[in-house]
This record gives sequence, C-alpha cells and structure tokens, in this order.
Amino acid sequence: MTIPTKADVVIVGGGVVGTAIARELSKYDVDVVLVEKEPDVAMGTSKANSGILHAGFDAKPGSLKAKTNVRGNKLYREIYQDLGIDIKFIGSLVVATSDEEMATLNELQVRGRENGVPGLEILDKETVLKREPNLTTNVMGALWAPTGGVMCPFGATIAFADNAVVNGVKICTECPVEEIVVEEGKVSGVKTAKGFIAAKYVINAAGLFADNISRSAGDNSFDIKPRKGEYVLFDKTVANLVNTVIFPTPSKVSKGILVSPTVHGNLFIGPNAQDIDDKGDMDTSPDGLQEIIAGARKTVPNLPLHASITQFAGLRAATGDGDFVIKASDSVSGMIQAAGIQSPGLTAAPAIAEIVIGILQEQGLILTKKANFNSQNRHKVKFHELAHNERAKVIAQNPLYGRIVCRCETVTEGEIVDAIHAPCGALTVDGVKRRTRAGMGRCQGGFCGPRVTAILARELNIPVTEVRKDTTKSYLFFDKITDEVQSNDE
Amino acid sequence: MMNDYDVVIIGGGPAGMAAALSARKTGAEKVLIIERDRELGGILQQCIHNGFGLHRFKEELTGPGYAGRYIKMVQADPSIDVLLDTMVLDVEQDKIIYAVNPKQGMLTIQAKAVIFTMGCRERTRGAIRIAGGRAAGVFTAGAAQRMVNMEGFLPGKKIVILGSGDIGLIMARRLTLEGAKVQAVLELMPYSNGLTRNVVQCLEDFDIPLHLSHTIVKVHGKERVTGVTCAKVDENRAVIPGSEFDIECDCLLLSVGLIPENELSRTIDLAMDSLTSGPIVDQFRQTSLPGFFAAGNVVHVHDLVDFVSQEGEIAGNAAAKYALGQLPKAQRVVDIEATGGVRTVVPQHLSITPESPESVRLFMRVGKPEQRITLVIESAGKMLYTRKLAVAKPGEMIVVELPADKVCECTNKITVSLVK
Repeated sequence: MTIPTKADVVIVGGGVVGTAIARELSKYDVDVVLVEKEPDVAMGTSKANSGILHAGFDAKPGSLKAKTNVRGNKLYREIYQDLGIDIKFIGSLVVATSDEEMATLNELQVRGRENGVPGLEILDKETVLKREPNLTTNVMGALWAPTGGVMCPFGATIAFADNAVVNGVKICTECPVEEIVVEEGKVSGVKTAKGFIAAKYVINAAGLFADNISRSAGDNSFDIKPRKGEYVLFDKTVANLVNTVIFPTPSKVSKGILVSPTVHGNLFIGPNAQDIDDKGDMDTSPDGLQEIIAGARKTVPNLPLHASITQFAGLRAATGDGDFVIKASDSVSGMIQAAGIQSPGLTAAPAIAEIVIGILQEQGLILTKKANFNSQNRHKVKFHELAHNERAKVIAQNPLYGRIVCRCETVTEGEIVDAIHAPCGALTVDGVKRRTRAGMGRCQGGFCGPRVTAILARELNIPVTEVRKDTTKSYLFFDKITDEVQSNDE
Repeated sequence: MMNDYDVVIIGGGPAGMAAALSARKTGAEKVLIIERDRELGGILQQCIHNGFGLHRFKEELTGPGYAGRYIKMVQADPSIDVLLDTMVLDVEQDKIIYAVNPKQGMLTIQAKAVIFTMGCRERTRGAIRIAGGRAAGVFTAGAAQRMVNMEGFLPGKKIVILGSGDIGLIMARRLTLEGAKVQAVLELMPYSNGLTRNVVQCLEDFDIPLHLSHTIVKVHGKERVTGVTCAKVDENRAVIPGSEFDIECDCLLLSVGLIPENELSRTIDLAMDSLTSGPIVDQFRQTSLPGFFAAGNVVHVHDLVDFVSQEGEIAGNAAAKYALGQLPKAQRVVDIEATGGVRTVVPQHLSITPESPESVRLFMRVGKPEQRITLVIESAGKMLYTRKLAVAKPGEMIVVELPADKVCECTNKITVSLVK
C-alpha cells in the first residue's frame, strides 16, 4: 500500500489522543495523515488501561490534567452517541478506611470543586455500604463523584478513527516513523518506513514513544518512562459485585487499585504501578497479579477469583513532572507535542484535541470549517443488544447477522464482516475482537478464534497463514509441514 | 411463527443424537435437534483418532466414524427435524426456545420437553492465570485440534503442552505425526488427568517427556511465543523457588480442564452442582425444573463417548415420557452424596416412583488417585454395594450399576465413599 507523499498535518500515533486530534482536524479543510506503526489503532496505552471516564478531582488545580479531564468528561457526553462510543455514567467512589484517608477525601473534594467537578459529595459509612454492600466493612466513608463512569478505551479510539476517515483523514498503519525531518528549525516532513510525507506540521501523539519521536526532530525536552499496570478481568456473571467505580484513597504516586464494572458488563481489578525500562514489555507477572489481588481486597474483600477470564498489562506514558505535555515544541517550529498522556488521558482526549487545534492555529495553520463535515459514525449493528423483532429485521437485510460466531458474547458473522470493512477496519483477530467483542467472553476465543481467522482470510483475500493476532508479525497458523516438504521436492 | 415439538434437544453432538433417537423410540412424535455447527456430531468431528465406540459398537471407531453412525440413524427418521447452523439465544421456563440462523432468521419454538446437550468447553489461560505477554501462539488444545484436523493448519512447530487432559495427550501425538516437535507436556498435579492408555499411546510411544508436578510460570515472546518458563510445584501446588527452567517453543497448548457449557441452564435458574459444574439431575436426567432434562458433558465431563450416548438415551426416553404425560411423579426423592474421597456423583438424587423400579447407573469421580481401595455405597447404615478397586484415578470415571431392588429399598440419603 502506498502512502501519501504530502499532507498539511501529519499525526504520529493512532492512540486515543492521535485519533481524537485526527477527528477534530477532520472538521476543517486540511489534508491530514495519521501514521501508526502497528496494524491497527489503539495498540498501545489505549488498548490496555482502566477504561475510566474520570470525574476530575485527582489532578492539581490549574494543571493540564485537571483542565482537560473536566472538559473531556463534558465533551464525551456531547459526542458519544454520534460516534457510537460505549460509556456508562455510573459514577465513582473513593473509599476511605482510616481517619487519615477521610482527611484525604476532604482534600479531594476541595480540589475537585476547584477543578470544576460537579456534584462531589462525601458519603457516610452506612450510605456507602447500602450502595455497595460488597465493600469492606472497614469503610469509614467515601467520596461520591456522579460524573465518573466507565467507557471502552479502544472503542473510543476506533470511533474517533472511523469518523476521521469518513471525513477525509488518511490513516496509514504499519507505518513506523523513522524521523521527523527538520530544515532550518522547521518541520519539513516525516520519514516513515513506507516513504516520506512532506508536511509543515507534525503532531507528536506517539504515546510511549513520543520522546523518541521528539528526539528525532532534535527536541530532547522530555523523557517518557513506561509505568506498567496489570489487570485481571472477570466474567460477566460476577459483574454485580460493585455498581460503581471503586477507588481506594489515592497515594502520592497512583490512584491505587480499582475494582470496577467495565462498560460491557464485566468486572476488573487493577492496576498496580511499576516503573520499567522496556517500552514493549506488557508481560504480566505472578507477583504483580498477587499485588493487584491483595490491593483490590482492601476495598472489596471477597473477590470471585474463580471467575477470572483473563489478565493483561498496559503501559502508562509517564513523564518526569507528571503533567501532560501539550504545547508547541520550544525548539522545532511546526512540531506540536501531545505527549506524556497518562491517566486521565482517555477522558481528556477530546479536550486535548481542542487544545492542539488551537496551537496549530497559533502556529499559523489556517483552518476553515468544512461545509460537509459528518459528525456521526454509521450505526453499528449490535446483535446481542437487539430485541427479537429487530434481530429478525437485520437478518432479513443481511443473513450473516443470523450466524452467531462468538457464542459467549453473541457476535454474528455480519458484525465481524462490518468490522473488517469499516472506515478504519480490522485487519487482525484482535482488531475484530476490539470492534465486535468476538473472543472477549469467557472462552476467550477458544471457539471463535479459528472462525474469525477464516473470516478475516476470506474478507481480506489473504491465506489463513497470513492472518495475524494483533502486531505486525503475530501470525497465528502455519501450513502443514508435509506440504512444505512436498513443495520443496517439486 | 411458532413451531411445536414434543421434545427439543439443544446440541447435536453424541448426547443430543442419542437423546433424539431414544425419544422417538419411546413414542415422541415430533423431535427437533438444534445444532449450532454446520453439521451434527459435535466435537467428535474433530477427533479423528480412533478409540471411540468400544462399548457401544464393540469396535474401535474414529470420532467422525462414531458420529457418522448416529447421523445416519437420525437422518433415517423423518420425524426428527434437525436445524443446523442454528444458535439458541434464549430459553424460557415455559419451554419456549428462541433460536437464530441465517436462512430462517429468528425462530420461536415451543417444546413439551427440553433436553440440554450442549457439551462442554475448554478452560482457558485466563482461568488459570499464567503470567507473561499475549503473543500469538497460545491456544487451547481443542482449538488447535480443530485447526489441524478440520482446517488443515498447524498451530506451531515447536510445542509445549500444559495439562495432561486427554485432548492435550491426543494433540501431542497428532502434532508429532504432523511433523511438529512436541517439547514436553507439563502437569500441575502429581498424576496425569488423562486416560492411562492415552499417556502410553500418545506420549510414551513417542518419547515425549511428561513433567508431573510442574507448571508454567511465564510465557515469553512479544509477537509470537518464543518460549515458556516452567517450574516444579510442591504438594500444595505452589511453585518451588529455584526450580525454574526455560523451554523454547513457538506454541503453547492448554489442556487444563473442561467446563460443562451451562449458559442456558443458568438463564432459567436450574439448580447446579458446584463440583460437576452441571445441573443437578435425577436418574432420568431431569433437572430441578420439570420437563427440562440434561445429558452428556453438559451434566458432567465424561471420558468416553459411549457413556455420553448412553446418558443421552436415558434423557431422551424420560423426556419423551414427560412430553406424553407418562413420566411418573416421584413419590420421594433420595439424595446421593459423594463423600470420603469420591468427589462427584451423577445422578445427584433418585426420584423413587411407584412404577416397577429399574436399575440405576451411578457415575463417579474420585478426588485424588488411590490404590487398593473399596468403593462403598450405603444408605442409613445399610450396605447397598461394594467394589474393591486396585486403582482409582480422577481421570477415569467409575461406573456402578445399582440393582433395581436396592434402588426401591432406599428411603434415606445414599452416600458413596472410598474406604481403605
């Protein structure tokens, strides 16, 4: 696949930040290219995090985190239906179990009010336990944030990407950036593994690798240090253990280990926080899993460990001083940093996009609104959510909606084919999973994995042996060895 | 459109087909099998090895061979309807079934009696929490079996298998025959969970090492699996520090247990047995909800398909009687309890009816391996049955026929236990 040779703006990185910026820019009459090193968007921090719509009481007043969190929370409410992003506004509780922690709750409430978080309230023990009977009886009180919630992090990223593509953004996957090319202190383009894209503006939304990208342009002003967080995900049968997002009282370094429903009706615990060196290390460890289980038990003692269905780890893109880096590069004209986006980056993403647009304009990019911007994604058929009569209707239109491929999550072949041919379509088994939930259930793709592989091969017109799990070389199956011997003999 | 049937069977594997044939034999006029795959036979279709049907047909058949015999019998009966490529979405307690397929769309079916024969599924990596990354190359043994035997692809070329359940053992041999190198089979317990004949024929005959009391502590690899770290475990199944060693491989297969697939059973709140993970049934395989029956691996995971078929017949016969209003009501219910070394027993209770009693087969599994032991079945201090066993293993089901006269004598709880 060839890539464009020029663009007005190149966005580096297809995470939630990069795609949110792409979508925001697609409202204007400019040529935008987004380059992503992996075969899909949402392959880094955006695919493995807590999926929390944060209320915004954590961050220091006046910080970028605080501003973009509260603004982002508000923006999602305006756009989530148009884009088809799954969000549940279930609220969150920060649970205190000591006098010291109760004092922290008060601080959080004050801080939250200063940040502009609406509706914060400190609940007494009785009220908390009435709402959340499975919490530890050691609870002394909790901070209730009604604007907190849960959302699908990769779903949001894919939704932004789909809408950006519909509105003219080109997304180039498997297109790692080798260098931001700078001439006389100004960006002149982006050198990628697939060729050079001439552009005056580059947005660095490269997540964990944003410091490498910045350095390639000669801006060494920040470092990204990966901070690993591990999770355990539980079956839907135990999701009613808690009704809201349960945070422990935070420490200085971390929001602590959560117990929370997911937006799709599972339950998760995590994350821990472990500073590491390798930006590709997403391994879970026995010690780490023990740590999050022990941590979660502090707020919810009776964890249904028998119902765990998977574990995973994600990496936060942490910077030295802890705040987001959203600004024009001090040393390279035309490069805008959207870096160091750790929690609450998912919530903040649409607000970060707004800020970046403003910076681009300050930098001299002329942005005129498109007349024909389409703010909505095409409505996705979600078979399992439909009533029986609605199901009959969609099957009449396309019989593939009548074939269940993923039994655990009731996902049809029609939905899988739709996901593959979406504007930012799935090219991998995990890409299908993130778009349809096929393989997300209790059998973890044991049954549907081979079938999804076959559908991908058919729809992409490639051999089964070229179908990948998620990353560039994550091939799943091999031809039989006897076949190879035969072909060697010929 | 409403379709009416006497007996509707959910799942067209060996239990379901046997149930359909048996229901017809008993007199059910309209029988329906709903199968989600494109053909009948269930998991048998991917089990191309032999060893099926020794009890049933006194022959050694392959999985598809065994399935084929039943498929022919089912197809020969015009009163058994079969819906293929059809998934049941919902079942209601009043026996209305909602199903879907690409040809007919949404289907609503009314049954007089329902038999659950959905089989079982495999435990996954997530369920046993192995640390490491999520590189490609980790599969359940059954998924790999389907790819090799039905689709014609290999899951890897250098393979480690965790778990010595039968599917894992069979796949060790199968992949070796396909030219892959099976590096080792690791088993957490100090004994294999598979049939002894499979340990011999699938591992020993091919010089594949079996490491008992071992587990995998980490999977390596970023894109594709590159190896695993193994370790020895102590008697409490805890990793012994310092015992770790690495094995290079590009594929990890998991054969770490099977779980009866009872999603539908739970939606209608059937009483469940937490040890078998299946519904609690009586000797007719009737569940806690009258008119709902269950048979085969959905009730408890079997070792031999022959017994699955047999259980299907029991359920089919009883469900047909129920549909025809001929299943006698229980005068009393006698619970059967597994104790003293016996972990599970099916059926979990007997429905004693006024009709002439029939003998009852009890299917049991022990909790851990035992040698020179006596199986004792008693009720209210009275011995109903004893059998000396040279060996008893969790991987091999114990089947006992309780004679008719003993069954009708019982008034109190029956206990099954092992005595030294």
